[in-house]
Amino acid sequence: MASKAQRMPLGLRILTYGFVLVWFILAAFPFFWTFWGSFKVELDFFSIADWTNALTGERTKAAYDSAFTGAAYKGAWVQEEFWRNVINTFIVCFFVVCTSLTIGTLGGYALSRSSFRYTFWLLITALIFRAMPPITLVAGYLLPFFEWNVWGILPTTIIVLVAINQPFTLWMLHSFFQNIPKELDESAKVDGCTQFQAFRHVIVPVMWPGVITTGLFSFLLAYNDFAVTAMLLSESNRTMVPAIAAFLGTTYTEGNVMFAVAAVVSATAPLFILVMVFQRQIVSGLTAGAVKG
Amino acid sequence: MKHRTFFWFFLPTGLAMLLFIALPIVSVVIQSVYAPHEAVLKTVENCTPLVGCTTETTIDQDATRDIREAKPLGRFVGLDIYLDRGHLAAAEVGEAWSSSASMGEFFDRLFNLPLYRALAFTLTFTFIVTPLLIGFGLMIALAVNSLHSRLKGLMIFFSLLPMIVTPLIGSLILFWMVDSRGVIGSALVALAGDPNFSMKASTGLTWVMLIVYGVWHSAPFAFVVFYAGLQTLPKDQIEAAQIDGASRWQRIKYVVVPHLMPLVTFVALIQLMDNFRVFEPVVGFNASAHATSLSWIIFNDLGGETRQLSAASATSVLTILGVAILLSPVLVRTWRDFKGK
Repeated sequence: MASKAQRMPLGLRILTYGFVLVWFILAAFPFFWTFWGSFKVELDFFSIADWTNALTGERTKAAYDSAFTGAAYKGAWVQEEFWRNVINTFIVCFFVVCTSLTIGTLGGYALSRSSFRYTFWLLITALIFRAMPPITLVAGYLLPFFEWNVWGILPTTIIVLVAINQPFTLWMLHSFFQNIPKELDESAKVDGCTQFQAFRHVIVPVMWPGVITTGLFSFLLAYNDFAVTAMLLSESNRTMVPAIAAFLGTTYTEGNVMFAVAAVVSATAPLFILVMVFQRQIVSGLTAGAVKG
Repeated sequence: MKHRTFFWFFLPTGLAMLLFIALPIVSVVIQSVYAPHEAVLKTVENCTPLVGCTTETTIDQDATRDIREAKPLGRFVGLDIYLDRGHLAAAEVGEAWSSSASMGEFFDRLFNLPLYRALAFTLTFTFIVTPLLIGFGLMIALAVNSLHSRLKGLMIFFSLLPMIVTPLIGSLILFWMVDSRGVIGSALVALAGDPNFSMKASTGLTWVMLIVYGVWHSAPFAFVVFYAGLQTLPKDQIEAAQIDGASRWQRIKYVVVPHLMPLVTFVALIQLMDNFRVFEPVVGFNASAHATSLSWIIFNDLGGETRQLSAASATSVLTILGVAILLSPVLVRTWRDFKGK
């Protein structure tokens, strides 16, 4: 708001700053609180006596001589072997992102360069598939996967997540490729390239910003998925999110809720870093679909 | 691009979607009209001298296994699963309709049936959260847009967190805070003045808790989209309105909001579809005693020792129909855009 006439009156400005502050607390405080609390014992984080114990760590001091303890992390990572789930998650995410970008880029490029009617219908079908809750498909996977004996292993889940990812990837890359001028690859074709050579040598070098943005969202989908991974992975192959859900079932009874808290903080940390590094790409990705309508 | 080239470019992604989205849908529809085989019973007559003969009915394990292996799909039952008590509950609804004295009683009995209970929560959640998050997102966007540019970046970073974080993890983080021993929970206990006060205790409060989570989780999306829209706001229109004597509120109402209207429609359509599949918060908040959603029912049927594929498939088909209804305005809009081109 540059011009003097548009400057806000004092009252409104205070109101705005107040509102922003409230939203800031709403958005950020839960994460800081849980992070802080994950270094306490359960009786401090879930304090019956006095909520300020969670800040000062009375019981933690009594138990460990210090207001901070890594006991919850040790319990989750060593005792419950959460590191296995972390490795599984990163295997799944890596392969899902690579595969879905490879096949999605080819498909999205084709959709953006073909002017036939069926491209519209393919995009509409993708839109319908995008709207489908993934959990509704799971019932259809189980029977064949059991029959072929491929249930419970990581590759199956990776393929399923890639497929579920495709509609969104196609839409994003399609609109992204449409912004790359057609003249580029057409001039390459005039010079004697095949369509694939034109794609390989002319489009690939300039497509990375869009591909990275799309890749971020593929990563988030694979990382955040609960319904599919919980249903399709056996206990030993679980990724982080279903493992945390499984923690809850067992630890509420054993009094090890802090393990789950530590696991939750561990699983949030990579997302935190991701947003920090790729904030600009995430924002542009979220608005890409919207601005075009 | 030639048809042939297009085909080869599109083949991998098309195949992935065909095999793992289109076929499973067909398979879900087929499974929903088949029920598991009933156990084969055999009657054995035991005769002991002096005592006499008794007949005993037992499960014929071999025959049962044979028929289950021969036809893993089960037996064809038509629409029976859709109409049973766990789904549309035709008989129970009819009974409740004819024997209830008032509409209130009818709805009471209706919402005791699992599917209708889940439908009630799912629809309430969808249609309360969506408008709230649009309004809230718009307010955040307007407020953040008036900040100093350094602060803007920081606010966008922190605003993205609730949306980016895994839904299950986000709901757990909030759940632990509103736990009666957590920080917000203790504050609420102090406010209510009742040491036994708990958000988890009543259906109403559980729904409020889930709706607050829903808005917290999705408002950032609306915020980011509206914020981007505000950057393209035509300056001259605002100035013209100002010269014409429009107040700040009138400028927002008659210039800013109409400018953002296409974005509002976009956010609303996306969020209606996404909120309809509400699932993780029900698990995270451990709320299934008071609030269930359609997705949660499917998950619940599929999990555990007995995987009730038929029941889950029938609910899946009904959920897909619900999504289709919500999706139809989007499709109509896309079709119109396409015709317009």
